Order: sequence, then structure tokens, then C-alpha cells
Amino acid sequence: MSIAGAALVDAAGRRMGVTRSTGVLLGRHLTVFSRNWTFFVTGFAEPVLYLLSIGVGVGKLIPSFDVGGHTIAYAAFVAPGMLAASAMNGAVMDATFNVFFRLKYQKLYDQILATPLTTGDVARSEITWALLRGGVYSAGFLVVMSLFGLIHSWWALLALPAALLIGFAFGAVGMALTTFMKSWQDFEYITLSTVPMFLFSATFFPASTFPTWLQWVIDVTPLYRGVVLCRELTTGQVTWGSGISLVYLIVLGCLGMVLVGKRLERLLLT
Amino acid sequence: MPYEYPSVTAAPQSPGVPAATDSMVHARGLRKTFGSFEAVRGIDVDVHRGEAFGFLGPNGAGKSSTMRMIAAVSPVTAGTLRVLGMDPQTDGPLIRARLGVCPQEDSLDPDLRVRENLLVYGRYFGLSRRAVRARADELLEFAQLTDKAKAKVDDLSGGMKRRLTIARALINDPEILLLDEPTTGLDPQARHSLWDKLFRLKEQGVTIVLTTHYMDEAEQLCDRLVVMDKGAIAAEGSPLELIREHSTREVAELRFGVGQHEALAARVADLADRVEVLPDRLMLYTEHGEETLAQVHGRGLRPLAVLVRRSTLEDVFLKLTGRSLVD
Ligand SMILES: Nc1ncnc2c1ncn2[C@@H]1O[C@H](COP(=O)(O)OP(=O)(O)OP(=O)(O)O)[C@@H](O)[C@H]1O
Ligand SMILES: [Mg+2]
Repeated sequence: MSIAGAALVDAAGRRMGVTRSTGVLLGRHLTVFSRNWTFFVTGFAEPVLYLLSIGVGVGKLIPSFDVGGHTIAYAAFVAPGMLAASAMNGAVMDATFNVFFRLKYQKLYDQILATPLTTGDVARSEITWALLRGGVYSAGFLVVMSLFGLIHSWWALLALPAALLIGFAFGAVGMALTTFMKSWQDFEYITLSTVPMFLFSATFFPASTFPTWLQWVIDVTPLYRGVVLCRELTTGQVTWGSGISLVYLIVLGCLGMVLVGKRLERLLLT
Repeated sequence: MPYEYPSVTAAPQSPGVPAATDSMVHARGLRKTFGSFEAVRGIDVDVHRGEAFGFLGPNGAGKSSTMRMIAAVSPVTAGTLRVLGMDPQTDGPLIRARLGVCPQEDSLDPDLRVRENLLVYGRYFGLSRRAVRARADELLEFAQLTDKAKAKVDDLSGGMKRRLTIARALINDPEILLLDEPTTGLDPQARHSLWDKLFRLKEQGVTIVLTTHYMDEAEQLCDRLVVMDKGAIAAEGSPLELIREHSTREVAELRFGVGQHEALAARVADLADRVEVLPDRLMLYTEHGEETLAQVHGRGLRPLAVLVRRSTLEDVFLKLTGRSLVD
């Protein structure tokens, strides 16, 4: 019942690595989703539609845009915001709704915990799956961005791992919150926190338009850190500030993941 | 065609040489509390290799709570528990790798097809894809589900789901099979066919620990069992021993008109070792049912219906707890 040193033991009593014990649950999800791949399409389409309507459409009204002393097209400003948001949305969708369903209705984790796998393995696998889902959307979106000529630096290659990191942080925190949820109504809180983040995390306009105190608040929200990080990478303006975002997201994800393991233990190993 | 339990390696044990751990489950003073409620109140249990061991008891006796502790998914509140010689607290994964678990509620994966349920579950045990594929096909055959391999789990009948759950529990070639009410909700035919399969598994050397509230199931399957009630063990032994110890050889059941049983009990009390008054009948515990019956008739009593039968575990349970098993 320990989640520390969570190592899978196979039927022959051999201990196996973290990668394999994470992989088996991902394998299960792949099997399921290979039949329902259309689910993936909506998550991909959403940010592209925003990019087209707001980035390109509204962008026509805004000839150029000044970010940190550099002039870029409005679409090039909006696109990294959508990139970060798609990673968030993909991960949150999986780590909240789907996890709640598996936890409360399918009792999937009860089945899994009867095997050598541990709550730590479940936490790690589910968060990995969530970040991969966000990552797939982001990768697709990056391709769209490059087709629209919205990528200005080789740093942009690092935008994909950055998107995975955003997925990790949001997947971990989302799943941790889900373990506290009692019913589907509670998911209003998720929407209530992701929608404002989506709108105000310097996605469509810079945070400098807000009063200073609000800027301070926005500064410490995770999506803002993700958006800023992605923008710095796709526009090629990497700074020390990027490192802060990086550390922030890693720490957030790790805390979330540890909490998930503990909560699953509380809920399921009774 | 008889379906053989796919014999890969059932409990390796050469004759004459005692295995490393012959004690499969060892519990002393085992307790489980939920909040302030005591579900298991200090039980002692020993299950040996190759045995079929049963927990018999009514609803809420603490059977599932005990099974979950043995399955290393529920922390022990107090007392000692060793499964396969290991402590579930510290060696949970190692223990679970060698267990097969069939929980009280079927917990199949509804997103996966029948065969996929076996494949994926095998992967949770770290088995290779190839090993799992071969094993899944054998187990489908064993569970008579080969032609349902591609079916959705939700489309299976209750009996088929139960068979699939048991087949799934065998994917890792377990040394101990834990079955929590394996046949509850099955029709008589399905129950018998399942007993048959479990018996075959036992012959292959698999240790079986099961819970049930059916005394016939306990009598059929268990070498040894404990009768559990309100979290404690009321009696322990083989089905025959228990009956011999706690009941007479035969029972004569007499039915009179409603409401008369209480009054009539006094008039036959001396004819039997013990008389039990139920709302709808009198039960006379005696060595020779027919003789006792003749004596009842000799006293001019004319029951509406009579039945002479052998004592069962149900009678043992009634005597020990004053209640019937299935309430
Ligand atoms: N997680 C839990 N939290 C609180 N109480 C519980 C929990 N699990 C079991 N109990 C209580 O413990 C007691 C024993 O339950 P248990 O499931 O072990 O009984 P059982 O013998 O398996 O009964 P049944 O034949 O109905 O399955 C019951 O009174 C039950 O309400
Ligand atoms: Mg039970």
C-alpha cells in the first residue's frame, strides 16, 4: 500500500521499471481510444478555429503588435496562447471528466489496484495520458502555426515539450481536484476556473492592460506561465523569465501527482 | 468436450518436499474497523497450500472486509496478517502478483471487449503481449466464452460476466484464488458448472479462498471453513466436522398451522436433542428422523407437512447464531 517506490512486480516476482508500469495503463487507453478516435478531432479543431476567427480575423483590424519591444503580427501573438490553451484543455478534459468516470462509475482503478500496480502507478499513468492528449493537440496546432507562417524561431521546436509540460501541470492538478469531487455538478468549478484563465492569461491581449494588482494575480496562474513560455519560444524571445515558468510548471505538476497518489490511496484502499 | 484448466505452472511443488511457504494465509487477531465500526473483530485464520477454504456467513459478517485485507488492498487495522508468507503492508505488489481476485461485484472493464479484458488485465501483471495472448485464448476456452471473444462486456449475461471475471483472475497463474461470493446471482445450472470449474482448479493445485452465504456451496467446495458472524468466527472445521460437532445427524421438520409452533414445541421437546422454533415450522434435531417422527405421530400430533433430512451447515449456523444464513 506504499506509493513510494511504486514498482510493478510481474507474475514471476521481478520488479519492473516505472516506464513499463506506466505504459500498461496507457496501453489500455490506446486500445479504447483507437475505436473512438473522433473524440480527438474536437479538441484539435477548437484552437484552430480560435486562431482563424480571432487571430486572423480580428488580426486584420490590428496591423501590428508590440510585444516586449518587438513588433509581431497579431496572429503570431494569439497563436502561442492557443497552443498553450489546447494543451491545457486536452489535459484537463481527460484528467477531470474521464478520470471521474473511471474512478466512480467504471471502478477501473479498483480493478487495477488488485494487480501489482499501485496508486502511484495509476497517478503517473493517468497524468501521462492526459499530457499526451494535450500534447497531440499541441503538435497538430504547431503544424498549423507553421503553415500560417506564425513561427519565427527554431526555439519553437521546444514549444512542443513546453506544451507537454503544461499538460503535465494541468493534468496533475486537474486529477488531484477530481479526487475531491462528489458529483458531476462539482465540475462547474473546473469550467469556472479554466474559462477565465483561457480568456485572461494574455491569450488574446497582453496582461499589461490590467491594473497592477490584477497583473500580479495573473502572473501566478498556471496558464499564464504556459502562454508566456510558449510565446517566448515561438517568437524566439527566450529569457530568464522562461526558466521561471518552466520550474513553476514542473513543481506544480509534481505536487499534483503526489497528491493524486495519496488521495487515491485514501479513497480506494479502505 | 471437457474444458481443462490451462495448466501452465500451478503451484510448483514436488511431492515430499515441503514448499517454501505452505501457509498461504495466516491471520492472528486480525481486525478491521471503519471509523468506529468494527467489521472484523480479531479473527484467527490459517489456509494451507492446495486447500479450498471458505468464509460462510450472513450479510455484513465481515467476509468481504477480510477478503480485501487478504487481497492486499485494504490496510489491516490490528493483528497479524501474512499472505504467502509476506506482510501486505510492506509487500502488497509482491503478494498481489501471485493472487487471483474475483471481487463481490463484477469489475470488468466495460470499455474493452471480452478478450481485451483478459489481454489488458494480463498486462497489468507485467506479462508480455505474447504470453498474454496465448493465455487469454486458453482462458476463454476455460470460461466457455471463445465465441464471445469480441462481444461487449455489457452484452454478456450475469453468468458469463462472472465466468469472465474468474477467467481474468487466472491470467497470472495465481497461487491463491480469492473468490468473493462467486455464484451469487447465478442460476442453479450456472452455479454447478462454476463449482465444477473451481473443483478442477483445486485439483491443479490452486489454493482457493472463497466467501459465500450458501451452505450447499460451502459443503460442495470447501475442505475447511469458518462460520463468521458479526465480525467474529463462530466455528471452524470441515463441513462434516462442523455438522457432527454442532448438530445431530438428522432433522425432522414439522409444519403445523400458523401460530401453533410455539405452543407445540413443549409437547415434543423431549423427543429430540434440541428443538428449534421457526415462524413456519418446528425443527427437531435427532439421530434418527423417522423414529422421532413416529413418536410425534404416537402422541396424536398431526403436522400438515413433514420433512426428514440430514443436517446441513445451515443448521449449524442456526444453532450458533440463532439466525438463518440468508435473511
Ligand atoms: N468501506 C466501508 N466503510 C464503512 N463500513 C464498511 C465498509 N466496508 C464494509 N463496511 C461495513 O462492514 C460490515 C461488514 O461488511 P462486509 O462487506 O465485510 O460484509 P460481508 O460479510 O461481505 O457481507 P455480504 O454478505 O453482504 O457481502 C458491514 O456492516 C459494512 O457496512
Ligand atoms: Mg461481501
